[in-house]
Amino acid sequence: MNAPVPDLTAQGAAAQPCIDSRFTVPGMRCAGCIGKVERGLAAVPGVAAARVNFSAKRVAVSHDPALTGDDILEELRKLGFEAERAAENPLGRDDAETRRLLRALAVAGFGMMNIMLLSVSVWAGAGGETRELFHLLSALIAIPVIAYAGRPFFASALMALRYRRTNMDVPISIGVLLATGMSLYETLTGGIHAYFDGAVMLLFFLLAGRVLDAMMRSRARSGIAALLGRMGRGAHVLETDGSTRYVEADRLAAGMVMLVAAGEALAADGEILEGRTTVDSSMLTGESDPRPAGVGETIHAGTINLGNPVRVRVTAAAQDTAIADIARLMDEAGQSRSRYVRIADKAARYYAPAVHSLAFLSFCGWMLAGAGVYQSLLIAVAVLIITCPCALGLAVPAAQVVAASTLMKRGLLIKDGSALERLAEVDEALFDKTGTLTLGEPRPVDLTELDARQRGLALALAQASRHPLSRGLASALRGAGVEPATLDDVSETAGHGMNGHCADEPVALLRPEVEAGGLAVDLLVGDVRKRIAFADPLRPDVRETLEQLGEQGIVSAIASGDRQAAVAQVARELGLFATAAMRPADKLALLERKAGQGHKVLMIGDGLNDGPALAGAHVSIAPGGASDVSQQAADAVFVGDRLMPVSLAIRVARATMRVVRQNFALAAIYNLFAVPLAIFGFVTPLLAAIAMSASSLIVVGNSLRLARAAGRPAA
Amino acid sequence: MTILGFLIPLALLMGLVGLGAFFWAMKSGQFEDLDGAANRILIDEDGDDPDGDRNS
Repeated sequence: MNAPVPDLTAQGAAAQPCIDSRFTVPGMRCAGCIGKVERGLAAVPGVAAARVNFSAKRVAVSHDPALTGDDILEELRKLGFEAERAAENPLGRDDAETRRLLRALAVAGFGMMNIMLLSVSVWAGAGGETRELFHLLSALIAIPVIAYAGRPFFASALMALRYRRTNMDVPISIGVLLATGMSLYETLTGGIHAYFDGAVMLLFFLLAGRVLDAMMRSRARSGIAALLGRMGRGAHVLETDGSTRYVEADRLAAGMVMLVAAGEALAADGEILEGRTTVDSSMLTGESDPRPAGVGETIHAGTINLGNPVRVRVTAAAQDTAIADIARLMDEAGQSRSRYVRIADKAARYYAPAVHSLAFLSFCGWMLAGAGVYQSLLIAVAVLIITCPCALGLAVPAAQVVAASTLMKRGLLIKDGSALERLAEVDEALFDKTGTLTLGEPRPVDLTELDARQRGLALALAQASRHPLSRGLASALRGAGVEPATLDDVSETAGHGMNGHCADEPVALLRPEVEAGGLAVDLLVGDVRKRIAFADPLRPDVRETLEQLGEQGIVSAIASGDRQAAVAQVARELGLFATAAMRPADKLALLERKAGQGHKVLMIGDGLNDGPALAGAHVSIAPGGASDVSQQAADAVFVGDRLMPVSLAIRVARATMRVVRQNFALAAIYNLFAVPLAIFGFVTPLLAAIAMSASSLIVVGNSLRLARAAGRPAA
Repeated sequence: MTILGFLIPLALLMGLVGLGAFFWAMKSGQFEDLDGAANRILIDEDGDDPDGDRNS
């Protein structure tokens, strides 16, 4: 038996009703973590049950209403897991769509197998009454199956026709409906050819393509949803009686007092009432240097508190914040992208009229040759079935799914197939600076100043804290292969630093007492004080990535909201053309200008200030550390410190489009042979079934080659 | 050929049972967490004590 599955519904019923909360726990990586989280939480008083969803890196907790979300977050932290409240998944709608398609696929599969069983005996020579009975049975199975499994196609075709457009679903629907109607007529009049198997098989293959497409989307989106939510989604509000409670961002109102801890992001604009701190507003403005803020100063939603805990009185919340303006710009920018026509629909524009006139011409031709209405109609339907874009329906999704899953393994989540198509067309890349070319988080400048023992002590102290500087230090030390030293009684004093003992010698990681330029911490071992300076470094493989982009014929440039001097330094270092001090609207204007010149621009950015540009660019990519808004606006998200997935994405996207074109060519060649056969009346249901499966298999096989091509390091 | 009268309904029935099982599995969330199911089999179970030790 597997490990026990806690039942989320039954246990709470006895006492008072439990409430369910969901948390994302990105740090779960193995079976041990599942057990640790579930058992650890179940042991907490007030928790009825905890159930981990490992694929979504999420845990659902059923608990007593008296237990707050913060308590559970604290318990998770004690268990050794960083966790966040999971937002209602804004992309959850896709799931329902995937399920609907899966159900249709299952029904089509059931129908196809049973009808094929009957059809094979007809092809094998069953005649007379047996054949009629089998055709009748096929009809009884096929009609409800087609009615159910065909709905996604019929609905989309109807929608297209209503707007006087045509898409791939129009020829599919017409083909399936005509074939079914014709076969029904054959069955009732005791004819020899029934195409029920062909019609259902067509639906099955096409649905397989749609399901693949939908699964690729929902997998990437759940990956992105797991990254979301580190930005101020709410705040701890101080009540009049001195207690605090957690309030969601959209419930915050002007006048409330928020307690903002170090490392937390602000959920609303506000004025500092108490405390001095440094804030990082790079998400909002692109400005890389943290800026000090004291009593009476206004800080905006989206900035991150790097220094001490502060009290902030909310001056503007939700729709009135500085972010809301950016959101409005984004809405407008995003509309241009919806006009993009996907390659399958482009193909359908030429394909559908061609196929329909071909069928119509063969009908007319046979009528003129004197074959009679019935015979001519039969041949016209055979033409429609044989040309029905079985391979075409698979040509695009099969290639894109293979490409997307390969990219996912290499750390890039693509939201949908259209993003891959647009990525392949890119000829210019526009980078934001802070958080995109750079890591966007403070890292120690030089670790070689510390000796081996100091490194171990620094790691042991740093990993016990959530402060951004500690996290940067810990991640750099771990990256250098340092093992943490064993410490006793480690404690954290908010706004001050970490203290502990190593074999009775006091050690500490403290905020420098004298404010020096830039960010720094002091490591204290006994009486020895060592200064560790921090900076926001470039991503480790920026140069290689830019080089590869250049080889692919893509011109790169920087568009940053940071100060001229800071941008110029990076631009010089990388040899890029750069524009500095740009506001969100300026970036958008720059993109529009470039689009007007006929360029297809790839925008790569992370901050809230990049949001409109990400939504307005031809295609966009955001790093995993980006703001929620940016990750939702971007077409793809890459995870990790390396920038290389960006150039890899373009290479794979171009390879994908090559394969898609090959698939189209294969489908065309297939039609070249099959259509004349159909026109001259040689096609039987058996031949149609063989041709259809063979062409689909060839297309899928060709698409699978992409997995190998994309896996190679560089072309 | 009378055997057909028995075999064809049987084939259909078995197909329908399979289809029904798939629908049920999807509805009851069997496909929600595929990676998790693969990992859960590795979790050590320590007796019946649900509050078991935390050092796994």
